Amino acid sequence: MKNVNLFKTQQRKNLNTFLILGAFFFLLGILDFSLNNFHGKNITSFLPGFISFFTPLIFSMIGLYLVRIEFSGIKQLDNLNKNINTSNFNAALSISIILLILFTIVPLLNWFILDATFVGDSKEACTGGGACWVYIKTWFNRFMYGMYPNAEQWRVNATFIIVLGLMGAGYFFPLRYKKHLTFYYVIILPIISFLLIYYLISGGEFGLEWVETGAWGGLSLTFIVSFFSLIFCFPIGMMLALGRRSDLAVIKYSSLSFIEFWRGVPLITVLFMSAVMFPMFLPDGTYVDKLIRVIVAITLFEAAYTAEVIRGGLQALPRGQYDAAKSLGMGYWRLHLLVILPQALKLVIPGIANTFLALVKDTPLIFVVGLLELVGMLNLAKTNPKWLGFSMEGYVFAGIIFWIICYSMSKYSQSLELKYKTDR
Amino acid sequence: MSDSIIEIQNVNKWFGDFQVLKEINLEVKAKEKIVVCGPSGSGKSTLIRCINRLEEHQKGSIVVDGTKISEDTKNIEQVRAEVGMVFQQFNLFPHLSILDNCSLAPIWVKKMPKKEAEKLALAQLEQVQIVDQAHKFPGQLSGGQQQRAAIARALCMQPKIMLFDEPTSALDPEMIKEVLDVMVNLAKQGMTMIVVTHEMGFAKEVADQMIFMDEGMIVEKAGTKDFFANPKSDRTKLFLSQIL
Repeated sequence: MKNVNLFKTQQRKNLNTFLILGAFFFLLGILDFSLNNFHGKNITSFLPGFISFFTPLIFSMIGLYLVRIEFSGIKQLDNLNKNINTSNFNAALSISIILLILFTIVPLLNWFILDATFVGDSKEACTGGGACWVYIKTWFNRFMYGMYPNAEQWRVNATFIIVLGLMGAGYFFPLRYKKHLTFYYVIILPIISFLLIYYLISGGEFGLEWVETGAWGGLSLTFIVSFFSLIFCFPIGMMLALGRRSDLAVIKYSSLSFIEFWRGVPLITVLFMSAVMFPMFLPDGTYVDKLIRVIVAITLFEAAYTAEVIRGGLQALPRGQYDAAKSLGMGYWRLHLLVILPQALKLVIPGIANTFLALVKDTPLIFVVGLLELVGMLNLAKTNPKWLGFSMEGYVFAGIIFWIICYSMSKYSQSLELKYKTDR
Repeated sequence: MSDSIIEIQNVNKWFGDFQVLKEINLEVKAKEKIVVCGPSGSGKSTLIRCINRLEEHQKGSIVVDGTKISEDTKNIEQVRAEVGMVFQQFNLFPHLSILDNCSLAPIWVKKMPKKEAEKLALAQLEQVQIVDQAHKFPGQLSGGQQQRAAIARALCMQPKIMLFDEPTSALDPEMIKEVLDVMVNLAKQGMTMIVVTHEMGFAKEVADQMIFMDEGMIVEKAGTKDFFANPKSDRTKLFLSQIL
């Protein structure tokens, strides 16, 4: 015990010496690790193999041990000691994680950027060992718009810009119209968007060339499918959740069986049925576009999940809230719209975000009916004889795009949670 | 008979096989203050929850201000708008500010213009002395303040009758008085009140009639002085000796 104390006082006295020694050992560990893994040189090969394998860890731990000085007076060092260097065990964990990150990030960086090819316009340009981003560049247009004719793509862009603008417009509503916001988002916006898509993207009128939905595709199709499914599955899910808790047996059991049916079948089956079975039930001569059928199928499917999430929120509310609202003379609808749903929905924001993210990531499944959104286009492009062998780049690209979409949705849901947080 | 605002006749209620209310008869005249006491599980809360049909009674009749309480939803909502209720757990709406808690029902149930409803709400909050908390959320208030806000919320519907279901049981001792003061004030203004409480000091000060309930029955019903001075049944005597 006395020894340790002596060591500690020495540490504080000769702060700089210990700092330099510590940094030296720590960097030696990192260097050893890097040389070993990225250059194939083992500078500790004179030691037995087992120990040699662990030398980076041992060196770095000695380094961290030497700089573990309490109240050194240097802010950064104190922070470091408090957060990752409180004990030998903690230090070992921290170092292992740092080394693991180093181990993965360097090859990734090489593949993504350092060895990757960015310029060129054919497969032959890609000679490096890294990613061939030329492939993405060449096919970018197709990944975004599918088979939509190049000359007409401004129509897709225009539609998206207008819809985005309209979505943002809700944010700038004057205060006295704020109460109509839900109405705007649930009724008006979908109608306007539908009309825009119908007349502008689909065309066929006002001198615009008609583009059949089979030619739509790429990321823009991902957006169209997700947008409508998200907007519609929420109110339907809400109704189903209320229906499932209703006192009226007919409503209760029809909601229940609806939910259990859609939750019980795989989405891919539903999509397949919407394409193949559904037309058989229609009278001759009527035709519903397959894109609409697909959107309806996804909407109903996700509505069942949303309903169960919202029901969870409804059940979490204490009975007293119902009692209080009833005692003030509120009937069923006022009670739910003014008191119960605002609280329940606030509780289930994380759950709803979860469902919505799943929905966006389920859209690639529409390939079963022949609609090719982003991932579908990738699958098409990778079979092109001129561009064989670049599926990796394609999937990584799609992964990044989906990640960006989902991460921003997740961030948005977190900001909503904060915004509606009123208690505690 | 005709001057009573609440008439309860032969009311029975069961939770499954368990009978919570047995042949309850009670008349409440306008402006009368009634305090209901008794051991827990004796059916006090259930009785007053039946008056605005938060609970259904299975047998007998309850008439509130000339309206018979029955299955008909229109009737029930009409009765509820006239009968204010205050709960043990306050039950304020946590997602709304205190002001919105108070003006919500007048705006949406009574169709009062928003400005007018807020004016009314502020006036009621002034009455219970928390007008300075009007823009806070329930979670930011102390228990006593929350309960006073809940009283203000009920009063905003301008009810003819107020029901109190153990309004001070969930409060810290030092907050009980501020709530009781508000209730005493309300009583002095001539409100018809039915109060379930164990606060015998309050009962002695305010009540016109005392009711003692046990095992779903009204065991003793008497004027306040009589009730405390010479209770008739042994069960009441025992209860009073334990509580006083």
